[in-house]
Amino acid sequence: MRYLPKSPAEREEMLAAVSTKSVDQLFLSVPEQYRLKEPLNLPGPFSEAEIIKYFKERASENSLGYTSFLGAGVYNHLRSVITDTIIQRGEFLTSYTPYQAEITQGTLQSIFEFQTLMCQLTGQEVANASMYDGSTATTEAVLMAERLTGRRRVLVARSVHPEYRAVLRTYAKNSGLSVEEVPFQADGSVDARALQSSLKDDVAAVLLQSPNFFGAIEPVEEVAKALRGAGALLVVSITEAVSLGILKPPSAADIVAMEGQSFGLPPSYGGPYAGVIASRGKYVRQMPGRLVGQTTDVDGRRGFVLTLATREQHIRREKATSNICTNQALCALAATVHLCLLGKEGLREMAHQNLSKARFALTELEKIPGVRRAFKAPFFNEFTVELPRSVKLVNAQLLRSKIIGPFVLGRDYPELSKHALVCVTETITREEIEKFAGVLRAVLEQPV
Amino acid sequence: MTYPVGYKYTKQHEWIDVKDGLGTIGITDYAQHELGDVVFVELPKPGAKVQAGKSFGTVESVKAVSEIYAPVSGEVTEANGDLEATPEKLNSDPHNSAWLIRIKIDDQGELSKLMDGKAYEAFIAEKNKEASA
Amino acid sequence: MIDSYKTEPAAKADRDERLSDHIKKASRNVSQNEGLIFEKSSHGKRAFELPPLDVPAADSADLLGSDYREDGVSGFPEVSEIEVLRHFTRLSTWNYAIDLGMYPLGSCTMKYNPRVNEFVARLDGIATEHPYQPQDLSQGCLRIIKLLEECLLEITGMDSITLQPAAGAQGELTGLLLIRAYLEKQGNPRKKVLIPDSAHGTNPATAVIAGYQVENIRSESHGQIDVDKLRDLVTEDVAALMITNPSTLGIFEPRIAEIADILHKRGALLYMDGANMNALAGITRPGDMGVDVMHLNLHKTFSTPHGGGGPGAGPVAMKKILEPFRPVPVLVEKDGGHLALESVRPEAIGRVKAFAGNFGVLVRALAYILAYGPGIRQATEDAVLNATYIRKKLEGVFDLPYSLPSMHEVVFSDAIQKRNGVNTMDIAKRLIDYGFHPYTTAFPLIVPGALMIEPTESESKEECDLFIDAMKAIAQEAATNPQIVKTAPHSTRVGRLDEVGAARKPILRWKPPSARSEAAD
Repeated sequence: MRYLPKSPAEREEMLAAVSTKSVDQLFLSVPEQYRLKEPLNLPGPFSEAEIIKYFKERASENSLGYTSFLGAGVYNHLRSVITDTIIQRGEFLTSYTPYQAEITQGTLQSIFEFQTLMCQLTGQEVANASMYDGSTATTEAVLMAERLTGRRRVLVARSVHPEYRAVLRTYAKNSGLSVEEVPFQADGSVDARALQSSLKDDVAAVLLQSPNFFGAIEPVEEVAKALRGAGALLVVSITEAVSLGILKPPSAADIVAMEGQSFGLPPSYGGPYAGVIASRGKYVRQMPGRLVGQTTDVDGRRGFVLTLATREQHIRREKATSNICTNQALCALAATVHLCLLGKEGLREMAHQNLSKARFALTELEKIPGVRRAFKAPFFNEFTVELPRSVKLVNAQLLRSKIIGPFVLGRDYPELSKHALVCVTETITREEIEKFAGVLRAVLEQPV
Repeated sequence: MTYPVGYKYTKQHEWIDVKDGLGTIGITDYAQHELGDVVFVELPKPGAKVQAGKSFGTVESVKAVSEIYAPVSGEVTEANGDLEATPEKLNSDPHNSAWLIRIKIDDQGELSKLMDGKAYEAFIAEKNKEASA
Repeated sequence: MIDSYKTEPAAKADRDERLSDHIKKASRNVSQNEGLIFEKSSHGKRAFELPPLDVPAADSADLLGSDYREDGVSGFPEVSEIEVLRHFTRLSTWNYAIDLGMYPLGSCTMKYNPRVNEFVARLDGIATEHPYQPQDLSQGCLRIIKLLEECLLEITGMDSITLQPAAGAQGELTGLLLIRAYLEKQGNPRKKVLIPDSAHGTNPATAVIAGYQVENIRSESHGQIDVDKLRDLVTEDVAALMITNPSTLGIFEPRIAEIADILHKRGALLYMDGANMNALAGITRPGDMGVDVMHLNLHKTFSTPHGGGGPGAGPVAMKKILEPFRPVPVLVEKDGGHLALESVRPEAIGRVKAFAGNFGVLVRALAYILAYGPGIRQATEDAVLNATYIRKKLEGVFDLPYSLPSMHEVVFSDAIQKRNGVNTMDIAKRLIDYGFHPYTTAFPLIVPGALMIEPTESESKEECDLFIDAMKAIAQEAATNPQIVKTAPHSTRVGRLDEVGAARKPILRWKPPSARSEAAD
């Protein structure tokens, strides 16, 4: 087998060296009745070519050749080929967690750069080395607020991503946290008055997403003001990180949780992505996950090292800030490389293209009789429209023109039964937008 | 380092110095030596209650966290603010300037359960002997 | 004139002082210096260009009002393409990696990361798929998920599985939540989880998050569970025992079926931490031995790359009784072989993560399994052979705190070297000079001064012999020249780093010189 670097002769030699006749004797500590007598029933063995063939066949059964207007937490963005060139280097790809700092300065320095970039983006003072994804980063941010305040209630805007809220509920159930939802108002943003009336001195955190699940930009400053004095922490979750290229960061937030997938990571059917947690400096000791710090070596040279490890599971065990061990280091590296390539101007330009194309798409769609913009609040690259009929049926017809239509909001918000979440990034061309509008118009012109 | 004679000591290596019903509490030189370089100290706020034998805070080195246990019960009047900026004081001066908290003692009777300087020195001598055995 | 072409060799004595002649695997090499990317930045440089905007340019100020970030992200780097490429290439050359040599880290299973796995994960039609696209257009992805599920069930001997958890720790949490849901349905979720003191730190950390109290149980002399004592410990308050098998000492728990039985009789369940599956795959199946639920680490046993600390995946396999509580979404097969993800399941514990899991990692793991097929057993055999071989050769050189045979990993202690003041950390650092990554130091906690070594099946006899020679040479140095070990490493770009300073005054990000102050961040 090509992955095993031993010849039959070498195996014999080694067996002899450990005074064993056959390899079966190495497994005598496994009780006889549990030792398998037959090989496992598994497909293979496949040569390299057969493996590639298998996956190419699977790829052909997916969505090749379609144009997609889906966002809803996962975004198609341009990625440079250089990102893969770097993360495919064996020294990054096949290296371990940098516990032995002297021989992992490459990983450590790149994480330090990642932490810096995340602080710059989010306007926060400290960021960690990554979490699994946006949904778990958001949950961990809320749990962090719980630890910091010692309180048990959390107010969550209903306009936060439904799957993020679901993950939070799963974790909250067992930590004694009570999670209450705050409705959204007519313009698509959080109902600030309802929020205010639920705010008492037993609230640990208020959780918002901005831009929210409907694409609407939330009034973060306003909410932060309302929280002052109540002692609750403001947690802001961001699913579309590119928005920070053109939107002011939520500096009024105490903790920011973000999904980094938009930065150089392909959609990959749900993962792996790169979660981010960033917060005010004074909260650092309650922050979960790994942290890289700058220091010097014995000769005064600058170097980097994992630090504040006493927060983590391998030292604190039961009392750790989180159970997280493996995170998403390679994905964070991809994001770091991507952001260094984009740079200040590139990110700004990319964000502006998103804003422009989404705006253009809305304008085109609004020209279609029966289609109306659902929410007045400003948006970035996603917006909600209301159609005169079932979005599911419309999408089924769009597929015939090889268009994957917008996200069906009725799935998670029953009162938004005819609403669709349209996402337009810089990867969609004007032609594709015009085609989408044209086909939609034709579909809606047909009788039901 | 010699162990101050007037102090009382616990088996978990805390000391307490009592004056007029107020106790100043710290960790011993033995404890700081076992811990290694101290990087962080977590202490309760004034007003908090501490209970004899129960943990009231932690001392951290790079690779470990240790609980600190109250020698007697009481109410915290002061926590040593210096230790936030200079936790290393715990290594260099554990018996004086690196005190941890000051408390109003509930029941002076509890002090009788603690060791005096000589008894504590004998206690550590035993420990050192065990360690090198 | 001719004489001036002669060069004097640099003072050999000084170099030999620190670099032994015994070192065969590695030599010194010049590597490039490189600062932080922010230190190379200057206004106006660009590394990436977009295609021109083909729609009317939006008036950002008008559309976004006071939310408009007019000047872009302050402090973001501005560098050129070649500078980015050089920057990260130089950084990469400072790292050790599996591609360079053995990583004997215990319980990490640092095996070869096959490149075909990287290739297939990047295919158009695989990397490009959106989790919310129509399921009719995702049959390829769903078939991959289905086949991986089937393979992992075959390997573990379990009935049902979820591929959603993003890593082992998340898998552990999922497993405990499944147990809790099951017991709750029975009427009482119970209060405690029993965890051996040899367990990985994620075990107790996870139990607490799942809402359980941790009761640490002391291992007996061979790091195994004291089965007779266990009978008394399993009360009606105990929800589960978390076992690692083989244990973190690399020793198989021979009475595991009995342990399962004791728990089951009291209505409790057995959770197995599958981090050490590299000793079992193809040889035996946890499901056959009474394990109720377990997690796997795809980034360990199943070769997906560590990438400097992730991503991983931590699938959880379970017996039938736990199946109804599986997190959503769940893969179902409809009429005609059509596959779908079902998100509405009344008894599910909920979601532990958005979407269906780290799909890209799942693809790599499946590619690995397909490469081996039923021959996966041979990988396990080679892994155990390598570890046994190393153990045999180093017995007597290092203290072996127990006598039972070990499987895919072996744990020594530094007791012999300690007599000369040399500890496991020092030996590990000196191993770096010999061209290897250190083994796991100071874990498991039950062996003071532990050296935990797991070679995996990816190491040739040659590499194993080089490792053995290196360890022997270091043991010799510990006896005759301990200072050289205690001050190691000597050959690296940076020496031992000041971790105390890093923790006392944390500097966790770069700041422009004007913004820096004496006070720490």
